[in-house]
Parts: sequence; structure tokens; C-alpha cells
Amino acid sequence: MRRALVVAGLALAACGPVPSTSSAGAVVDFADALPANAPSRFEFGAEASEARIALWDVDVKPDGEGLPLGSGTVAEGERIFQMHCIACHGPTGTEGPNDQLVGSEPWGEWPGSVTVGGYWPYATTLYDYITRAMPQLTPGILTADQKYAVIAFILNRNGIVPEDAVMNAETLPAVSMPARDRFVVDDRQGGAQVR
Amino acid sequence: MNPPRLSRRAWITTASGVVAAGLIKTQADAVRLAAQEAPLQAPDPTKVPGRFTSEVGRRATGEQPRRLARAQALSSSSQSPLQDLMGIITPADVHFERHHAGIPEIVKGSHELLVHGMVERPMVFRMADIERYPRVSRLYFIECSGNGGGAYSRDAMPTEITVQALDGLLSTSEWTGVPLATILREVGVRRGASWLLAEGSDSAMLSRSIPLEKAMDDALLAFGQNGEAIRPEQGYPMRLMLPGWEGNAQVKWLRRIEVTDRPTMTREETSKYTDPLQNGTARQFSFVMDAKSTITFPTYPYVLPDRGWWEITGLAWTGRGRITRVEVSTDGGESWADAALQGPVLPKCTVRFRHLWEWNGREAIVMSRATDETGYVQPTVQQLWEARGDQTRYHFNNQRAWKIASDGVVTFGLGDLV
Repeated sequence: MRRALVVAGLALAACGPVPSTSSAGAVVDFADALPANAPSRFEFGAEASEARIALWDVDVKPDGEGLPLGSGTVAEGERIFQMHCIACHGPTGTEGPNDQLVGSEPWGEWPGSVTVGGYWPYATTLYDYITRAMPQLTPGILTADQKYAVIAFILNRNGIVPEDAVMNAETLPAVSMPARDRFVVDDRQGGAQVR
Repeated sequence: MNPPRLSRRAWITTASGVVAAGLIKTQADAVRLAAQEAPLQAPDPTKVPGRFTSEVGRRATGEQPRRLARAQALSSSSQSPLQDLMGIITPADVHFERHHAGIPEIVKGSHELLVHGMVERPMVFRMADIERYPRVSRLYFIECSGNGGGAYSRDAMPTEITVQALDGLLSTSEWTGVPLATILREVGVRRGASWLLAEGSDSAMLSRSIPLEKAMDDALLAFGQNGEAIRPEQGYPMRLMLPGWEGNAQVKWLRRIEVTDRPTMTREETSKYTDPLQNGTARQFSFVMDAKSTITFPTYPYVLPDRGWWEITGLAWTGRGRITRVEVSTDGGESWADAALQGPVLPKCTVRFRHLWEWNGREAIVMSRATDETGYVQPTVQQLWEARGDQTRYHFNNQRAWKIASDGVVTFGLGDLV
């Protein structure tokens, strides 16, 4: 079924205009990738246990899937931010030298600043990204509680959650981000129109 | 008269004049002009025995293409020396770089790929497993979607910029790997799946959500680059190849694929690699690189030493299939002529174009524009500004221009047209 799809896609591509300078016969078709005598399964590789998957499955989805237990407050987050984040993001998250985290310009000047408050469409992305990549020189050092806390702090300083907000697996996906509805699907499709 | 002394004095005089005229701006200029003016004093190679064979070859001493590596930072990039390259292949050691957290040291023997999520059989593959599947080799370009931003800023259009600095986040290689469709067939994708998450093993664990349709179409798990193992800078031991799509989505050092029914909305597909438009929206998942061409000769800081016949040449590419036409203008876009395309013209690959031109010694502005098989014509910068506004941050595929002054000095000339 899937193989049929791939082959059908190729057939379509082959119908496109071909310039006179090309030598289409020299191109190996993608359909040739899997020989006709290939088995339905090669059985290379090993089955992945649930424990093995859990070890690496760190991503967090916008609906909160993947968020762990734990929680953090704005006040705790300020301490974490001062300890781990200010060298790159500045004491208030506005100074840099790396990405400006705090600030939201009037919408008339879109995108006034590419900050969490001004541009990020999902609050869960903060958890996903911090888990992967932050702090830059010691990624992975923060506990779940510390991550929730520093996210609470960043969201608060962007004016998105109140000073007494508590972030956890329930509250974080429920945060309404100002830029959420501004993101649209790519409408470029080739052809005559410039988009 | 002593001929060698005269010759040297003649060269010094000429070189001084050139310096005074401001024609030597870089060391490369000095070398180029010296080669034009100074008679070679090398020993006669027909009278000296040569060197023996060696296990690894080396470049000729005078041929040393280099990436432009400026920022020493974890998140940084380096550009390919487009002006020094011929044909379409990028030598692997000068392939452009863009890293978000440096280049990880990975031992191939301990690298694993985990494939899980909406699959029948979650599996973990060692590299030896991946390499055992039937392979394909293909020529594809990779371009960073931020490439060419220097040709877009309305307020700060540069003049003294090299094509390397401008458009060098573009490279082309022959990639060898296993179709991702083969691996997805092995694990069995469940009904309802529509996306996957691809994750790298760098210290940013860079991740992108990829539509399943692309994964099943022509995506590769690539471990070969120009005939040898892929370089660490390009994702050793294995990267995701998404032909024709922006470089960032082609996750390097690939270690995990999670099949899902929705995008994960990672940082690289929300706060980065999205395109704010002037209507107050931001375009998301703008994967495909639209048709583009860039002239690689003549470009700054080259100086055309005399009028007469010159070959204008460059590269054209599109993420939507094949380039069907490249036109060249030598009068700032007033008139256009078809350039010759060097075959084979491959889909989602660069093509070398050439246009023989007799320069009359008067100021000229040379430009190129590409057309792809969808009928899309590389737009002018005014067209892109009109469609997107000033603040968009990626996909700068507008036409470029190079001004040749009457003294032969070449500068980036788009600012003269806007």
C-alpha cells in the first residue's frame, strides 16, 4: 500500500516538464530503492522496550502529552533564572546577548519582538525546549520542578500569567499565548504566484 | 639590463598602482593580481623527480577553498566558498555548516536510532542495522532557509559582500542512505499517523516535526556524503535528508523518530523557522525552498582586468523539482537572455548555468533569474517585499545583482536597483 503510494508519486513527478539539457535516463528512480524481491520485513534491528523508549521520549506536545509530575512558582523561577539563565538572557530576560525572552510590542508592529510573549504560540514549547537544550552549557541540569518554575517566571514577566501562578502538567498546556492564532499554514505552492 | 630585476620592478610598480587604485581589498585579490602580473619563478617540473603515492591526497598548494567561519559560538554557521567551486558538487570539507549547539562527538558503534510512537513494532537500530538495508545514492542540495538574508534588508543592502558571505549556506552532495520509507515499513506505521518527530543527538537535541507524507516520499536516512561517510559537521553518523526542504528540518546526528498524529510544535518550528508576514500572521512549516539562482562569477571582490569575453556563471536550484530555465541580464533586468544549463538537470539539486558575455567596458549590472518546473519564476526583491513585508526572516530567494563598474570593480549591486 505504502509502496504503491511512493510509486504513484514518482509517476506524477515524471510527467513534469523536463528541460532539453537533462538526461532523465541517468536518474535512478526512488521506486528502485526497494528491490522487487524485498521481504515484507527484513527483521534488522531490535524491538525497543517501553523502558528504552521512556529513556529518550522527552518531547512535550501542545496538549501537555509528555509533561512530567512536578510544579513550580514564579518566585522559585526567579531564583532559577538568576542562577542559570542571566548570563545569556540578561537579568530581566530582555538584555541578551542571546535571545530576548521577555517583552511584547504592540501588535501593530508585528512582529515587534520575537519574544515568548510576542511570538511564541505554545507555552509547552518552553518545557520541551528547556529539557532539550537549556542551560546551553549544562543542558539537562534542571529538575522538572525547576523547569516549571522558570517557565512560570518567564510567562509572568511577559504578562501572560499572574504573580501567584503555579505551573504544572495541568496548568502549562492551558496557558493562552498571545501569538497563538497568528500562525498559519504555509500557502506557497510553486506556480506563477509569488507568496 | 637584467630581465628578472626589470620584471620584478615592473610587477611592484603595477601592484603599487593597483593598491593605490584600491583594487586590492583582500589577500585573495593580492594573490589573484600577483598571478596576473608576476612571471612564475617555479622550478621546471620536468627536471625534478616527483613525489610518491600517498594514502590520502591533498589539494594543490595554491588551491585552498575555505569556509567562511566567523563566529566562534555554539550556535553558529559557516559558508561554502561558492566563488571557488566548479560544477555543482561541494567538496565535503567545505560543505556549509549550521549548528545550534556545536558538533557532537559521536562514536558510530554506539549510535542508535529509536523509532517508536504510532507504529506496530517500536524498534531500535544500530548503524550496522541501518546500513544493511537496500541503499540509494542521490544528488541533492541543502540550503539553510536563512541563506541570503543580506539581499533582503531594505535599509542595509550591502555592496562589499562576497557571494560566499551572501549565499554560502548552500551546498550540494551525493548522499547515500536508506529511504526512510523502508524503515517505516519495517516498524509498521499505524492508521491515523500523519507526522513524525525527528530528533538529533547534539546538545540542543534539535527536533522538527515532519509530515509523514514527505517521510514516505523521498526522505533518506543518509550516512554517505560524496562517496565516504558523512562528515561530523553534516550529521555523522546519520542525518535525515528531506530533499528540497530547508536545511534545519533535515535533522543531523539523528537518533530518534516518533511517529505521531500531530506536530510537536518544537522551538525550531514555532519561535524559529517561521515567517512573519506583513498581514500580521506567521507562516509555519514553510519547508520547501523555492526556486533561486545566484551568480558565482563575476562577484565581489573580483576585478575584471579587461573588457571582452567573460563567462557569467552560477547555480540555480528549486525544492519543487527541476529547474527548467535560467535567464541572465547584463543591463539590470531590462533585457534577459537564456543561460545554458549544464546537464544533467536533476530534481532538488543545483544546476550550473553559464552565459557567455562580451563586456564593452561600460558599467553593467548582471543578474540571474531561475524558473522551475511548476512555472515559478524567481521573484524580484520588490515582489517579495510586497508579498511578505520587511520582517520575514527566512526564504530570501529573490534575484541578486552584481554591478561591474567601468574600471572592472565588481560589487553587490542590488541596492542600486531598489
